[in-house]
Amino acid sequence: MKKIITLVFMMACAAPAAALAAGPAKPLDRANIDMTDTASLQRGAEYFFQYCIGCHSIQYKRYNRMGNDLGLSDDQLRERFIHTRDQGGDQTGVGELIKIAMKPGDAEEWFGQPAPDLSLTARLRGTDWIYTVLRSFYLDDSRPMGVNNAVFEAMSMPHILWELQGWQANVGEEGHVKLEKVAEGKLTTEEYDEVVRDITNFLAYAADPVKVERHELGKWVLLFLAFFTFVAYLLKKEYWRDVH
Amino acid sequence: MRALVDWIDARYPLTKTWNEHLAEYYAPKNFNFWYYFGSLAVLVLVIQFVSGIFLTMFYKPDAQLAFSSVEYIMRDVEWGWFIRYMHTTGASAFFIVVYLHMFRALMYGSYKRPRELIWIIGVAIYLVLMAEAFAGYMLPWGQMSYWGAQVIVNLFNTIPVVGGDLVTWIRGDFLISDATLNRFFALHVVALPLVLVLLVFVHIVALHAVGSNNPDGVEIKKFTGSNGHPADGIPFHPYYTVKDLFGIGVFLILFFAVVFFAPEAGGYFIEKANFQMADPMVTPDLIHPVWYFGTFYTVLRAVPDPFLGVLLMFGAVLILFFMPWIDRNPIKSWRYRGTIHKFNIVFFGLTFVVLGYLGLKPVEPFYAELGLRLTAVYLLFFFVLWFHSKSRSSLFSWLSFLVLVSGYTYWDYLRLQAGVDQTLLVGMWFIPTVYLVICLLLPLYTQLNEEKPVPARVTS
Repeated sequence: MKKIITLVFMMACAAPAAALAAGPAKPLDRANIDMTDTASLQRGAEYFFQYCIGCHSIQYKRYNRMGNDLGLSDDQLRERFIHTRDQGGDQTGVGELIKIAMKPGDAEEWFGQPAPDLSLTARLRGTDWIYTVLRSFYLDDSRPMGVNNAVFEAMSMPHILWELQGWQANVGEEGHVKLEKVAEGKLTTEEYDEVVRDITNFLAYAADPVKVERHELGKWVLLFLAFFTFVAYLLKKEYWRDVH
Repeated sequence: MRALVDWIDARYPLTKTWNEHLAEYYAPKNFNFWYYFGSLAVLVLVIQFVSGIFLTMFYKPDAQLAFSSVEYIMRDVEWGWFIRYMHTTGASAFFIVVYLHMFRALMYGSYKRPRELIWIIGVAIYLVLMAEAFAGYMLPWGQMSYWGAQVIVNLFNTIPVVGGDLVTWIRGDFLISDATLNRFFALHVVALPLVLVLLVFVHIVALHAVGSNNPDGVEIKKFTGSNGHPADGIPFHPYYTVKDLFGIGVFLILFFAVVFFAPEAGGYFIEKANFQMADPMVTPDLIHPVWYFGTFYTVLRAVPDPFLGVLLMFGAVLILFFMPWIDRNPIKSWRYRGTIHKFNIVFFGLTFVVLGYLGLKPVEPFYAELGLRLTAVYLLFFFVLWFHSKSRSSLFSWLSFLVLVSGYTYWDYLRLQAGVDQTLLVGMWFIPTVYLVICLLLPLYTQLNEEKPVPARVTS
């Protein structure tokens, strides 16, 4: 039975569109992230390494690459971001990939399946999806973790950020979703949305770390090519004068 | 310098080759926009080779490591992302350029005598390119890589008797696995590129032997000037080298705009599902090939019988080989053919594009019916092309029309019995029927397929 549930669940993972179409779907909100905002990325990283890293790895990313990109020193990385140890028992090095200590077998035991790696989630499902999912948990006694998700039906993830957001309930009629806050958290709704936006921004960066640099560089490349093409055009005109 | 060239010329035909293919290769002076795509295809080939060689230095053809080695290239290899995006964008750019190159041949009759062999070699290049792209698409080992390969390889399963064994032989396993990945890697980086480069070489040698066609479809070799060279020809170098340089500039602006600003191209060049590692346990809910195979995928799905569908799909590609003998009309360029012929060519181009779009869509009744009707148009195009080889009598025109229309209408009747949506079926019935009315019957009652006299020399 567990295998079947896992299989069904993984199918839902592979097909967010289908999952959206199947359940009482909530339309995605716009994340409105800004990947050039380093402060937001730093905050997002802090939240990620506080709340998410227990279960979710970013296994294609290295600590010091993140440090370089976000303006964090190796010491800061060691102090605030690296929570794991290597086989010798020393703290994991800054050049290592961002993996987690939780064993996949344990995770399967506890949550039904290991939490997915989040290196590419922003490119697989989009930033709006991440932003909306993290704001769409609601109380549901029928679920093992006591919460369900309005975007991702029957998600096996618990509402990790509950102490910040508080709790929501689904007050919509049968088949419709309408979330309403039933217990206050530490943050107001606006503050919580900002936190989620920072986390989303960080995950967008984690999925495509070179994006900002790529856009910056691209402008110069296109500018050069425009100049090159203009010169090539003049050259062609000059040569072709004796044809026409 | 002179002495060095002389030294080499005594041992290798350097100056001779240079002259024959560039400095004294006389090309028609009236090439237009459509004549950029041959040289651009060579440029893309070079881009794919260079970026591909660098990717091979870091990529691991191993089912356990392939996906993460691609991410390693994207993140940890210096300029790795740049190399990989050039390769992914190059793959799609190759097909865009080649499709435009082939469409040019349709417009100006470049496949006709004496260029039949150039055309046939070109279609062979296209086939090898498809195999190359298919093999390459599996290498990142993402979900779509895996399941796309699964679907396409399983096509061979439909072949009677030997199908099952053949598929196992292709995969080297009972499912798409590490063994399959390894052999596709070998094909993608060694075998197929080698064949591709050889065919391109032969394609160009054949072209330079008979000389280029042009938008007027007249032979420039018939009129030689006082210098013994074609009067309407100009040396490829420097005239077309500088012109192509400009074309390359424009192309690179578009190419690098994609590489730097939209490498995924909205999910068409790099598909979203491929950001997830291949998982044989999880089937994506919509499996479709990359956009450049979309047309043939729709043709495949248009027929309910799998084996017939496979035959039809391969037939839709292989029929291109016979173009020189299907279109027997002596006039090459569409400039001097009738309006209906022009319509036929343009409508075929549109059909190809819409079929490609439908190939990426789920099978819903509307899309399926449209796909079926346009598949019919795709195939009828070749009949119409043959039909327009000369002017036909009204008896033959009506007979052809009635036989074709009653053929598929009878099949529609059978489908109606089987309970297909009637409105949809009847509505879409008009697509091939109106197409045939225009192409087969209109020439009888209008002047629209009147041909114009072909000038002896190029017009501009």
